[in-house]
Amino acid sequence: MARTRRVLPGFQLSLSITLLWVSLIVLVPMTALFLRPWELGAAGVWASITEPRVLAALKLSFGAAAVAAVVNVPLGLLTAWVFVRLRFPGRDLADSLIDMPLALPTAVAGIALTGLFAPKGWLGALLAPLGIKVAYTPLGILVALVFVGFPFVVRTLQPVIHDLPLDAEEAAATLGATRWQTLRRVVLPALLPALLAGFGAALARGVGEYGSVIFIAGNMPMISEIAPLLIVVRLEQLDYAGAAAIGLVMLLASFGILLLLNLLQRRIGRFA
Amino acid sequence: MSLTRRHALAAITSSLLAAQFDAPASAADALTLLNVSYDPTRELYRDINRAFAAAWKTKTGGTVTINQSHGGSGAQARAVLDGLQADVVTLALAADIDALAKRGLLAADWQSKLPNNSSPTTSTIVFLVRKGNPKAIKDWGDLLKPGVQVITPNPKTSGGARWNVLAGVTWARKQPGYTETSEADFLKKLFKQVPVLDSGARGATVSFAQRELGDVLIAWENEAWLAKDEFGADAFEIVVPSVSILAEPPVAVVEANVEKHGTRVVAQAYLDFLYTKQAQEIAAKRYFRPRDAEILAKNRDRFPDLPLSTIVDFGGWPAAQAKYFADGGLFDQVYVPSK
Amino acid sequence: MNHRATEEARWVRLTLIGTTLLLFFCFLLLPLLVVFGQAFSRGVDAAWESLQDPDALDAIRLTLIVAAISVPINSICGVAAAWCIARFRFPGRDLLVTFIELPFSVSPVISGLVWVLLFGANGWLGPFLDRHGVRIIFALPGLVLATMFVTLPFVARNLLPLMRSQGVSEEEAALTLGATGWQTFRLVTLPKIRWGLLYGVLLCNARAMGEFGAAAVVSGHVRGQTLTMPLQVEAMFNDYDWVGAFTMAGLLALLALVTLAVKLTLEWRMGLLGEALL
Repeated sequence: MARTRRVLPGFQLSLSITLLWVSLIVLVPMTALFLRPWELGAAGVWASITEPRVLAALKLSFGAAAVAAVVNVPLGLLTAWVFVRLRFPGRDLADSLIDMPLALPTAVAGIALTGLFAPKGWLGALLAPLGIKVAYTPLGILVALVFVGFPFVVRTLQPVIHDLPLDAEEAAATLGATRWQTLRRVVLPALLPALLAGFGAALARGVGEYGSVIFIAGNMPMISEIAPLLIVVRLEQLDYAGAAAIGLVMLLASFGILLLLNLLQRRIGRFA
Repeated sequence: MSLTRRHALAAITSSLLAAQFDAPASAADALTLLNVSYDPTRELYRDINRAFAAAWKTKTGGTVTINQSHGGSGAQARAVLDGLQADVVTLALAADIDALAKRGLLAADWQSKLPNNSSPTTSTIVFLVRKGNPKAIKDWGDLLKPGVQVITPNPKTSGGARWNVLAGVTWARKQPGYTETSEADFLKKLFKQVPVLDSGARGATVSFAQRELGDVLIAWENEAWLAKDEFGADAFEIVVPSVSILAEPPVAVVEANVEKHGTRVVAQAYLDFLYTKQAQEIAAKRYFRPRDAEILAKNRDRFPDLPLSTIVDFGGWPAAQAKYFADGGLFDQVYVPSK
Repeated sequence: MNHRATEEARWVRLTLIGTTLLLFFCFLLLPLLVVFGQAFSRGVDAAWESLQDPDALDAIRLTLIVAAISVPINSICGVAAAWCIARFRFPGRDLLVTFIELPFSVSPVISGLVWVLLFGANGWLGPFLDRHGVRIIFALPGLVLATMFVTLPFVARNLLPLMRSQGVSEEEAALTLGATGWQTFRLVTLPKIRWGLLYGVLLCNARAMGEFGAAAVVSGHVRGQTLTMPLQVEAMFNDYDWVGAFTMAGLLALLALVTLAVKLTLEWRMGLLGEALL
């Protein structure tokens, strides 16, 4: 098979273009990210990333992204289910709106959500009497991250729900299972790998998110300052190595988490 | 298909080339200046630039466009060090321009090249509080009271924040029983009350005014007045403390860059223009204290008299920078992010 | 109340649909309404006037230039990448796919940071570039590079599954009939992938015009010079110019809506053609 494919022309040309492109735009600059922190020496890198403010920012970025992804799992499941299984007028139009957070520039999402949830905003004014403050608090970060992560969960789930064999559900029902039991015992396990994948995608997006968050977060060190913002602060102080160190930690940690989720997903997939 | 692609490629290469190289100003009739400035001067230079372009047109017949960049003064100076092609810098304090001089971007004696220590305007540091002054803040001592949250930008990146610190230290030095350690003590207590450090003065104002963080904003006089104007007079009050500092934001031509761009004459004319009656009037209108005695007198009601220290009381900017703001300086020693 | 075993009761269905639509309204539509509401809060004229501001016009122009450079390069290279990855087997192929997708899992701030580490005054090549008067950071090339990094995966990622599923038999037939490689690509492959390609280019463009974090790091924030539209939104926001900020944001939101509308049309077309878009 491989040999017959080589009949097609353009392998060398297309591969050379691709390698040049990926090397220049991705690999060379990423090398800088991997090498620059060590100008501080290993001890210096350790000191700069274990600073309380850096640790707090990393904890916030990963923590808030994880919580947002957890929130997005039921929201995404509900949405995906409704859009695949149920019919209602305007479904196609609404379905394309799911991608809105992907298509909307993050800065626009940031000022829009801020306007919405500020104490005098439409939703903020409703929540204020309840004593709930969203804008300029860590809760605001969560709202922004749920917004940007939402499509990832829905889009991962939709094709899987679509391909779920109906006969398994029918069989369960015939055997006397209630609808709820069927969903819990038959449907949910089949969706678990996709749920994990969606969770991972939303998490990865949330960890690095910058534009939508900085408008709505209070940006207080130790409380509501996210790691990407701290990189910008380091750069403003001309501390290239320190900025690169935080960037490197973020990158490695995201990859670690994604790898772990991938393994977990495969394991569950094998059982299912 | 291949024709359009060739066109596209040509367009790409030409635009890349055009942008990549520092083109010396070719025609005298289309000059561009880049003024890299600090945060709260956005409105000021918008007006000044318009007036200067008109004045330049009458004088020489040519057009000049002035581009602006704003941010925390320290961050802006670093951006210029980092390659931002400023023709003139109009920053919050002399130490930031000294940093440029140290790298050879301009002469070490830059500050003697224009009148008044190269500062065409002055300002001072005041407090902005919420309407009715609910926390009864009258002076620096009140900022340290329990439960008062203070908003000030980050002295590492903002010039205004450094004036804020020195203004506060001026007060601390006047307290009975003052010793060297009481300065550190004052700053430690002060920054314990600070929940957020924005990188520039404007960010701090937005945090205070729009995000409704904190009880008091330590701000440039001009920034406080502007916020009052922008957010409505019934939102905030300005509190003038018992003492403050004479802030002298300096201006300078970045010699290395004007040499490259061929803009020395117009850059110099631009800075000279800042000392004219016309520009001084604009400055006063934007709540910057003019140097021109006559215009200052005319606007006396906007600019209250109060005892002011000067940077000389701190041994000049190199000494003050080293003692308070350099890495490992007093600010680094006392600042522990709250919570 | 008879219903099929695989369907929920009517009231459950209505509740589910109701909840979802409420979620949609609060979460996806209200933010858009806020943007347009604020933009027009002082009337259509004020919004229109704010777009006439020279800095606003410059930001729009700069954004178009950045997209006009980065999108075609990423599209052409993306097609080349999809071609060699989907059509051939070679060692390191999976690794190459990983590298192409890398920008998706990197924070936008890091996407800008890496260029500063290379080309900034303290970067590896900074002093060299400075001696030769070449400016990258705080100028157009920096913005283009940062944008290219961020948008690199879009076209290739969209084409890969499509080209894999389509197979190569038609190309092989064309070659057997004596077509040259280029003719085969242009007359056989390109028509097969054009909708997927168009969609990838569209997403790439939307992201290129809307990128904030990466652009913020390399911009230098010179008004009228290095502020793209999203950065201009932030600058106006900090100038207390709400109408201007939200009008510019509204333009970007329109871009997003157009992108989604074209996507809907494309899906409809693909549906008619019996192909899956993704």
